[in-house]
Amino acid sequence: MPGFVVYTIFLLMAKPLLEFTDKGIYCAQGKFYIDPWKPVDDAVITHAHADHAYPGNKRYLAHHHSREVLLYRLGEINLQTVEYGEPVIKNGVRISLHPAGHVIGSAQVRVEYHGQVWVVSGDYKVEDDGISAPFEPVPCHHFISECTFGMPVYQWKPQQLIFDDINNWWRNNQQQGLATVLVGYSLGKAQRILQNLDLSIGKVYTHGVIENTNEALRRNGIQLNPTERVTPDSSKEEVRKGIILAPPSSVGTPWMRRFQPYSFGYCSGWMAIRGAKRRRAADRGFVLSDHADWDGLISAIDATGCECVYLTHGYTATFARYLNEIGYNAREVHTLYGDDEEVLPQPSDEEASPKPSLKERALKDAVSSSSPSFGEGRGEASSAEEEPL
Amino acid sequence: MKNFAQLFLSLDETNKTNEKVKVLKDYFNSVPDSDKMHMLALFAGRRPKRQINATLVRNWAIEASNIPAWLFEESYQVVGDLAETMALLMPQHSGNSSKTLTDWIGEINALGDKTEEEKKLWLMESWAMLDSSERFVFNKLLTGGFRVGVSQSLVVKALSEISGIAAPALTHRIMGSWMPETYTYAQLMQDESPSDDISRPYPFFLAYPIQETSEKQRSAEELKIILGEESEWQAEWKWDGIRSQMIKRGGEIFIWSRGEDLATDKFPELHPFLHALPDGTVIDGELLSFREGKPLPFNVLQTRIGRKNLSKKILEESPVAVIAYDCMEYNGEDIRHKSQDERRQILERLHAVTPYPEIFNLSKLITFTTWDQLGEIREQSRAMIAEGIMLKRKSANYQVGRKRGDWWKWKIDPLSVDAVMIYAQKGHGRRADLYTDYTFAVWDGDKLVPFAKAYSGLTDAEINKVDYFIKRNTLEKFGPVRTVKPELVFEIGFEGINKSTRHKSGIALRFPRILRWRHDKPKEEADTLETLKGFLGE
Repeated sequence: MPGFVVYTIFLLMAKPLLEFTDKGIYCAQGKFYIDPWKPVDDAVITHAHADHAYPGNKRYLAHHHSREVLLYRLGEINLQTVEYGEPVIKNGVRISLHPAGHVIGSAQVRVEYHGQVWVVSGDYKVEDDGISAPFEPVPCHHFISECTFGMPVYQWKPQQLIFDDINNWWRNNQQQGLATVLVGYSLGKAQRILQNLDLSIGKVYTHGVIENTNEALRRNGIQLNPTERVTPDSSKEEVRKGIILAPPSSVGTPWMRRFQPYSFGYCSGWMAIRGAKRRRAADRGFVLSDHADWDGLISAIDATGCECVYLTHGYTATFARYLNEIGYNAREVHTLYGDDEEVLPQPSDEEASPKPSLKERALKDAVSSSSPSFGEGRGEASSAEEEPL
Repeated sequence: MKNFAQLFLSLDETNKTNEKVKVLKDYFNSVPDSDKMHMLALFAGRRPKRQINATLVRNWAIEASNIPAWLFEESYQVVGDLAETMALLMPQHSGNSSKTLTDWIGEINALGDKTEEEKKLWLMESWAMLDSSERFVFNKLLTGGFRVGVSQSLVVKALSEISGIAAPALTHRIMGSWMPETYTYAQLMQDESPSDDISRPYPFFLAYPIQETSEKQRSAEELKIILGEESEWQAEWKWDGIRSQMIKRGGEIFIWSRGEDLATDKFPELHPFLHALPDGTVIDGELLSFREGKPLPFNVLQTRIGRKNLSKKILEESPVAVIAYDCMEYNGEDIRHKSQDERRQILERLHAVTPYPEIFNLSKLITFTTWDQLGEIREQSRAMIAEGIMLKRKSANYQVGRKRGDWWKWKIDPLSVDAVMIYAQKGHGRRADLYTDYTFAVWDGDKLVPFAKAYSGLTDAEINKVDYFIKRNTLEKFGPVRTVKPELVFEIGFEGINKSTRHKSGIALRFPRILRWRHDKPKEEADTLETLKGFLGE
């Protein structure tokens, strides 16, 4: 019955192995979801950040190293954990996890059925941060990728250069009698910083949220450098000589203000842009991200050899257009990822500095005739937003 | 140039005034004197002349970045600053150039008579020898859009601490039309009589607002506490024109705007009256359009500020005159140390003998006996075509810059309407990649008609919330502009309103800004175009 076989193949081709639904990325054949944002029966979790690991699912599947953090964050859940590369079969569909290099325990999810391979990246970075299992490209037909920093202005420097800056800044603060407060999100960034600090300078103190995460990771058998939780009893003088790791939510709170006088640094990919950095009102912005930069994204996508790449969050429209222009088959898809922990907190009030009134601007621009503005009337000469720091 | 790039980075890295001053001092102490003067010129808003057309710079930057032009444009939307966009997009490497700021500015100025090919070669080579932070400041020099997040007064403070010369004296010495190529650091340090340069203006004395916002109204009791006895104060209308300093020295005349631009040629109507002044006279006042002895709203003056050539028609439609309110120099003598009272008398004497009384007007003093009474008079400001009231302490000398205590401005409350946000666009600089520029609409029947753009007035926290809303409630995208689901209502304040044929709504607002976010109002309760037009009659 050749006609029937052809019809079956047609049906299989018509229904993609993974589809984008209003609950998350769904595998109808295997009856499971990947990183669903609404409660489902079976959820495969790429990593434990809040926009990828939601509460309320009946069963969870994740990497071993996500176990304790997931239990700490989501409470009592029905959780199965596996090693990278260890296959799990659900309704005939083969699932395996592969290192994403994003944070400890983060994974790309490889899904295979009848020779068709899809990979869901979750979030990833291609640089080895020394603490997360380094990213491994997984060959596939369809690649579902993030692109948080999918603009060419985002180009990261090797992390060693950034940590040299951080260590020098810490030393300098110590000499000036300033406390050193370094902000990064609690799962991933905090541990990456912790493992790369020069501990000959001093001790590492932690905010409760970060220390709870550290403890969960240690229960999971992860070796982390020693840290000390900041408590009301902590000696202010001792803490001042060390470095304090704090989550974004603590910026501008009384918790942080009690370390005064301090210098406050912020670790994030967004710090690459001067405007974004000034908006955070941090004393120092360190360009350190757990997401791939522009070149990293392109090299990762290229290494999969995929036929089609789906972009879930970040600068999806721009990045898709560019990828299509250079010969990839790229599509934008809508998901709820990306409201993640790299999203930054409310900035604190900044020093107000007087700026010329619109009138003075108008006259100045009129008088100095050598100031044509750039295209579309969006030139800097007409922008009143550049003035105060 | 490394020092100069580092100066930028370091200034970005602190919000504390004292640290900024320290950073500036470190810079001054580490660079040659010629760099000091160039830096001073740049920070005082004197950018080098643009030698390469902006479009060419942009095109060559796209070439050097090896990306398509549309992606360059989108990157610019994200970064919000052209010089920075170009610096970030080019291949990253460590710079190996040891040229100083003076060297680079010299090279830029020498480009004037070069061919386009020569300019391109020079630019490509220059970019290739600079690292990304140097490239950023280099691009700023090149594109002339040079703005820094540090006030001139802070730079002067740092220089004053290094040199031991008082800040007001230094501020005065760097006023006017000096060139960093010819005015040396040594001259700056020894320049005991700055008015040897006959064009040099005095630093303006600027008033502080007595009430921060219209929501915090000052009562007569509060004014009494802040200002004391009514009899110690002189009150005038706060005129809505161009603040200017007019100089007659050595037979020559100069008109300076508050932005330190020499605007002598822009106002030919004033020349006869200035020439008639005695030599060694400097007057402070407001330039306004006048008809039949009455000031006209600012928008009439605005029609001529942008013009390169002042046609006969423009001069007839918008004739300019002065309302003078102070005198800083008389008979060649700096009289800023004299009291307000004494200076006023001198000004009145000058006015009494002018052959051009219709051009040289005197700012009338407002007589009042109680703060309450002055508050009532302030209500008439709009009818007087004034922005409010100025208060000057009769015993005060003429000071430098914005100083609290002796000069206060008491502006009238803005007019306001409740409007719906319908379009949004990303901001620049500190607000890059955030939707901060909004277009507002009022109801005309069942349609929303856009009538004003505003991009200030919200707190950073509110901006983040509005940005979040916009990104999730976009109906359409037109290039950088998004059409937003009409839902959020804001109270929009403005200083004045005029008929306009250029706008769909038929009106144009002066200084529109967001007064507050009306969480309590549904969009149906926003105001109507009729309400807005009702203000036209006032």
